[in-house]
Amino acid sequence: MKILALDTSNQTLSVAVMLDDQVLATTTVTTTKKHATQLLPIIQSAMSAAKLKPADLDRVIVADGPGSYTGLRIGVTTAKTLADTLAIELVGVSSLATIAANIINEPQLVAVLFDGRNDNVFAGVYRIENGVPVSVIKDQHIAFEKLLPQLKALSEPIVVLGDLDSFTERLKTALEANFIEYPIELSLPSAVQLGRLGQRETPVSDVNSFVPRYLRLTKAEADWQKQHPEEDSSDYVEKV
Amino acid sequence: MERHLILAFESSCDETSVAVIENGEKILSNIVATQIKSHQRFGGVVPEVASRHHIEQITDCIDLAMSEASVTYDDLSAVAVTYGPGLVGALLIGVTAAKTVAYAHDLPLIPVNHMAGHIYAARYVKPIEFPALALLVSGGHTELVYLAGPGQFEIIGETRDDAAGEAYDKIGRVLGINYPAGKEVDRLAHLGKDAFNFPRAMDDSDSFDFSFSGLKSAFINTVHHADQIGETLNREDLAASFQQAVVDVLADKTVRALDAYPVKQLILAGGVAANQGLRDRLDSELKAFENVDFIKAPLKLCGDNAAMIGAAGYVGYQLKQFGDMSLNADPSLEFDWIAS
Repeated sequence: MKILALDTSNQTLSVAVMLDDQVLATTTVTTTKKHATQLLPIIQSAMSAAKLKPADLDRVIVADGPGSYTGLRIGVTTAKTLADTLAIELVGVSSLATIAANIINEPQLVAVLFDGRNDNVFAGVYRIENGVPVSVIKDQHIAFEKLLPQLKALSEPIVVLGDLDSFTERLKTALEANFIEYPIELSLPSAVQLGRLGQRETPVSDVNSFVPRYLRLTKAEADWQKQHPEEDSSDYVEKV
Repeated sequence: MERHLILAFESSCDETSVAVIENGEKILSNIVATQIKSHQRFGGVVPEVASRHHIEQITDCIDLAMSEASVTYDDLSAVAVTYGPGLVGALLIGVTAAKTVAYAHDLPLIPVNHMAGHIYAARYVKPIEFPALALLVSGGHTELVYLAGPGQFEIIGETRDDAAGEAYDKIGRVLGINYPAGKEVDRLAHLGKDAFNFPRAMDDSDSFDFSFSGLKSAFINTVHHADQIGETLNREDLAASFQQAVVDVLADKTVRALDAYPVKQLILAGGVAANQGLRDRLDSELKAFENVDFIKAPLKLCGDNAAMIGAAGYVGYQLKQFGDMSLNADPSLEFDWIAS
């Protein structure tokens, strides 16, 4: 199976072209936030290094969230458009699971955190089983102070990856010896790991309705739903 | 004649649209998914909500545009896309999808200025003859644009504050009319008379710039003052007075621009170009300009749509104004000012 995998959910942009588990070409860039200008040129050069044309692809795999809303939309729009226009398979993989997949020792617990501002995090906890992360605490947007006791209650050593700057001290204090810190490069998302995970998944059945997993409503939408709990908010766009 | 098909994308605000256009002049399909009902909940467009709707709709719109036009990707000559101005997150969905289709099928990519698109909605009435002048009136823009030739757009005047459509929405809110208010204000205006004589920003300078904030403030102050003394003003007359002032200003500057720039055509385009009061007024003003052909963008193409982007994109295609895979959205893209 010929695969294109891409992750633009955060500051890191990662692209891989794979033939099953074999990596044909991969590029990871951490110095740009202009994913909109960079993504397709990087896909183009990775594909040509791999000597593949777009029509050769069987499947596109995208990290579909959580993450930066704009970053997610650039990756997901590229992936779903590619899948739609080439009539190939599409798979979405959690952006948190993608980073957890950097860890291979089993049955290790791995927590991945993205900074969600105001002391909130986008976070998920996984256990590495048979080479892949399996969800233990589902991906969610949560106050860090609410997540912390949940991590502590797991009562076993836990590798914590992601954006840890604001959280390391509190993790150390709460988890004590169960807090395992790894070198920072293991917190980088890799499209190779993404491709490895996405190959094992069932493709989405409806490419058109595929959207990022933001894990958070917009403020306007949340306020509106609070004021109108009865209304179904699914049907607000119409073709005219 | 050889058939050149362009797949065109538009997603600059609250409409996701994809169209297939033949030779820049024939609409084979023009799918428009509008989010108006969603944003009406909030009284105006919420950018993050708009971006989320665009990504829900984009490939469905592509599929429908292709199937309704009965074409395959092999039939296409190019992909065109609005890259600005507009909401950056919204623009990025169209730009990203268009680049991806261009990459997947090895097609040239044509970046289109949204405002050029509005002007080229007029192309579906008849070919544009140069030089031409365009009055562009929408929710985000009010400008007079001089077209010396194909692909040449130069601003000779623009609004210094609110766009005309924006003023309609703001006074609409005061009248209890939900966004977008233009159509309802236009309807009410036809039932009333200009009883309030709001101020018109029409100085005698050589400038072709517009201003609508003074008018908007006068309107709001009039209504608030009446509220305070417990008086209810006639809504039809309020709408008629507001619309008359807007139309007077637009018509005055346009007529002066026509005096200063002899052109073959005057094009009226943009969302507010659907306003019947404005269309009628310019019809009558243009009787004084025998040699100027007045082209109004078709009503159903005044709002945002990809058909207009395909028509403007065809000009870029002929001029080989191609973009590459690093094309980015430019939310504040604008035409250059004319050299004075």
